[in-house]
Amino acid sequence: MLKNNSQGYGLVSIIIHWLSAITVFTLFGLGLYLSELSYYDELYRVIPHWHKSLGVLLALAVIFRIVWMVSHPSPKPHGSPAMANVAKAAHGVLYLALFSLFITGYLISTADGRAIDVFDWFSVPGFGSFIENQEDLAGQIHELIAYIIMGLAALHALAALKHHFLDRDNTLSRMLKPVRHSNEN
Amino acid sequence: MKKLLSALLFTAFLSPLAQAADYQVDVKGAHAFINFKISHLGYSWLTGRFNEFDGEFTFDDQNPNGAKIMLDIDPASVDTNHAERDKHIRSKDFLNVKKFPKAKFESTHITHEGDDKFKVIGNLTMHGVTKKIIIDANKVGEGKDPWGGYRAGFAGTTKIKMEDFGIKNVLGPASAEIQFDLHIEGIRK
Repeated sequence: MLKNNSQGYGLVSIIIHWLSAITVFTLFGLGLYLSELSYYDELYRVIPHWHKSLGVLLALAVIFRIVWMVSHPSPKPHGSPAMANVAKAAHGVLYLALFSLFITGYLISTADGRAIDVFDWFSVPGFGSFIENQEDLAGQIHELIAYIIMGLAALHALAALKHHFLDRDNTLSRMLKPVRHSNEN
Repeated sequence: MKKLLSALLFTAFLSPLAQAADYQVDVKGAHAFINFKISHLGYSWLTGRFNEFDGEFTFDDQNPNGAKIMLDIDPASVDTNHAERDKHIRSKDFLNVKKFPKAKFESTHITHEGDDKFKVIGNLTMHGVTKKIIIDANKVGEGKDPWGGYRAGFAGTTKIKMEDFGIKNVLGPASAEIQFDLHIEGIRK
């Protein structure tokens, strides 16, 4: 139920997948909104705070997800080996984009050595700037990759739909319904 | 002949004391500061600096009205000790340093107001706009330093309205003006 096997995903992977997706879209929305806020908006300080807090939590979740992924079997991909490699590469790029966002986001807020407050639970310490005007360069890269990851997510969703409606395999369904007994291989 | 010679020698000895001299602003030793302060919501003062700048000035004790100063300032070097705020200040909401990467002050004339006080009148170019400003300055001191150089130092204040330089003031009425505190030490060239 919880863990994956070669046939499908367990509940842990499924929940993390969809929670991450929702969080990524929420973060994008918050990011768009915060870049338009003016000094006197009531939410001027609140929205960036949520954006950073959620970002840190997502980073932790993705790290856990990767550890989980490498320590558990993955269901076999459907389709030709070539397509399977393309899919694997695309997923890799998604992870790369996510980590680039986490790192660049972190480098913006900690450029002055300040910590990042995650809601009012804990703080992530900062190490200061490594280059001049770090917050500006990191900010530009952060914004660019945010748009790229939205495009990748759209492609990712389209690919899942293609598997479901065109190939008629269970690629999408197995990310919705967990395996019954994880011990079966 | 003897009189002429001694007169010449006399002036030669005196001349180092009163010369029109060119000074390089001591940026290397960081003995110059461009500080500013702006009101935060009308509740407190927010201070900051421009960390990167360069300049030179000409000054003559005997002819203070012939003095000149020129400063090149890098607006991207704004520093209010807060990375997110500094990032915002550099953005197109305020200084727009991508579009306007340089700022400059060039004096047009300097008047001696008595004692060590001066009025430095000149053009400030910032955010792509050039406007006349007046800096109230005073000479702090001058003289030899222990390392073979000769230095002269000044302090000055001025106020500008950000809207005069094309920057929309979205910070509230108390923050319309920015006060500058300049401290400049130059080493005679």
